Amino acid sequence: MGRKLLLDKAHIENIRLYDVYRREGGYRSVEKALKSMSPDGVTDEVKKSGLRGRGGAGFPTGMKWSFLAKPEGVPRYLVVNADESEPGTFKDRYLMEFIPHLLIEGMIVSSYALGSNRSYIYIRGEYAWIVNILEQAIAEAKNNGWLGKNILGSGFDCEIYVQRGAGAYICGEETALLESLEGKRGNPRIKPPFPAVKGLWGCPTVVNNVESIAAVVPIINEGGEEYAKIGIGKSTGTKLISACGNINKPGVYEIDMTISVEEFLYSDEYCGGIANGKKLKACIPGGSSVPILPANLLLKTAKGETRMMTYESLADGGFATGSMMGSGGFIVLDETQCVVRHTYTLARFYRHESCGQCTPCREGTPWLENLLYKLEYGKGKMSDIDLLWNVQKNIEGNTICPLGDAAAWPVAAAIRHFRDEFEWHVNNPEECLKKNYGLAGYADPINVPV
Amino acid sequence: MNVEFSKEKLAEVKQIIERYPEGKQKSALLPVLHLAQHEFGGWLSEETMNYVASLLNITDIEVYEVATFYSMFNLKPVGKYLFEVCQTGPCMLNGSDDIINYVHEKLGIKPGETTEDGMFTLKTVECLGACGYAPMMQLGENYKEHLTKEKIDKIISESRANAK
Ligand SMILES: Cc1cc2nc3c(=O)[nH]c(=O)nc-3n(C[C@H](O)[C@H](O)[C@H](O)COP(=O)(O)O)c2cc1C
Ligand code: SF4
Ligand code: FES
Repeated sequence: MGRKLLLDKAHIENIRLYDVYRREGGYRSVEKALKSMSPDGVTDEVKKSGLRGRGGAGFPTGMKWSFLAKPEGVPRYLVVNADESEPGTFKDRYLMEFIPHLLIEGMIVSSYALGSNRSYIYIRGEYAWIVNILEQAIAEAKNNGWLGKNILGSGFDCEIYVQRGAGAYICGEETALLESLEGKRGNPRIKPPFPAVKGLWGCPTVVNNVESIAAVVPIINEGGEEYAKIGIGKSTGTKLISACGNINKPGVYEIDMTISVEEFLYSDEYCGGIANGKKLKACIPGGSSVPILPANLLLKTAKGETRMMTYESLADGGFATGSMMGSGGFIVLDETQCVVRHTYTLARFYRHESCGQCTPCREGTPWLENLLYKLEYGKGKMSDIDLLWNVQKNIEGNTICPLGDAAAWPVAAAIRHFRDEFEWHVNNPEECLKKNYGLAGYADPINVPV
Repeated sequence: MNVEFSKEKLAEVKQIIERYPEGKQKSALLPVLHLAQHEFGGWLSEETMNYVASLLNITDIEVYEVATFYSMFNLKPVGKYLFEVCQTGPCMLNGSDDIINYVHEKLGIKPGETTEDGMFTLKTVECLGACGYAPMMQLGENYKEHLTKEKIDKIISESRANAK
């Protein structure tokens, strides 16, 4: 059994309620931080922990905090990103639903470190019932003196509010999120300036993922150095992985970053293997935006080393033969699944979610979707595969925000590793229409670099 | 429909505005639009949007800009029960296509359509953060997960019974 720091108590009955959470040792980190540490001292512990942002990019949280500008007389804000809309990702929902006080506790400590007297949780609009759970937890925390004015006599004031989004993946991008929180369309801003200098209402702001902020609680309780001892190399601590697709046990798992992908996928403690006795075909290990890997490259790197569930190992080989930890959305495809069809659904997703501000993304994402649609429904030509490659290439790196890359990468990786399957679609149009993909021949992973 | 919040709802609007610093009441736009959609028939008419603009002391166009951007705001009337079935990758891997076809068969409506009695609307949507509990749909403010044909039958008959 690996170490659990976030979900170790999530199964205790009524842990959602303040009294139970407190009895189980909740809010100790607030006591420790506010009574015995300075705000910079808290930031130092987070730095020492090596915690990397859990929202997808993996940027070191302590470093991000130390970039926060602190001009005299200007308010600063902490905004928690609970937009969670990357296909395959549902870990923050789990944390907020089952152990909401952990997020509130982490937010109080983090707000203290950053000097935020008003902190916000921006949550995707569809998670309506979780808004109620969070608001109840906030009210309980406030009634028990953990929020409000002069918390624990420290002189620090803090309020937490929940803001509900309204259905827009792009609002997970931090500057789009801030626009949305200001009551506008979720159009990403051009950076610089970065939120650390000019964020919410033009004030210095830190945006962090739910899981990153929750991790601050064990970091303060145990100390940054202790936290950093868990894991391998720069992948410290524990990580929540949401696993889905064709596996026996879909769900949210907390892993410490010392296990192999194979163990995660096949052991009964986690995914429990491929469903219905089928074979593994491919996997997107870090949410829909990151490259898909065929079975052989998922379990072993191109060098033949065991692939581990760490930031470095998942990325080993770059995009040619590796992928990314991303948001921890682990999507598994069995041998009967069609990679073209799956990629088509993702392209449709990104077209739907493009905010439309920049031409390569606004115009390119419908091209990706339409070409994949043609190929999937038996109307594609061989030249469409190359066109698809060119379109994704022309989006990547040419946009205001990374949604353009996020739309391009899955397509590139699908062609890179499964080009034969695209060609099969061109050569067998009738079979495509019958949804008879002739996949038996493709159950063994193919690796055709482009 | 009379587009005006009750006293209680107006108090709620006031509370929402207090979440933000002085002068930043425009930030209340999304929450107040959710409230308005809920109160005024499940969609946002021009009249409703103008009313929200007046409450927040912003221009009408600022409200239209936002209402048209976010997929949860309905700009046309929808059925009493809105079936929003997820069709993105992970749900597709677990049979969402079959679920969409089945709802179509049962209710005779395609995605985007409403039954003649105004009871049901079918909509396909993109990932709702429930990929591990696929296939799934959103119904009002709830998620219906691990969908099967039998579950769809049950949801339809329960909805009909509740509407009476
Ligand atoms: C299109 C897009 C969508 C994103 N969605 C999310 C999201 O849903 N949740 C999240 O925490 N970060 C998301 N991010 C990353 C955020 O921009 C930001 O990096 C993150 O919230 C920072 O938190 P962290 O450092 O704690 O990871 C998204 C980024 C992009 C480009
Ligand atoms: S890349 Fe796409 S989503 Fe991002 S700003 Fe440009 S158009 Fe909008
Ligand atoms: S893909 Fe359907 S909920 Fe995520």
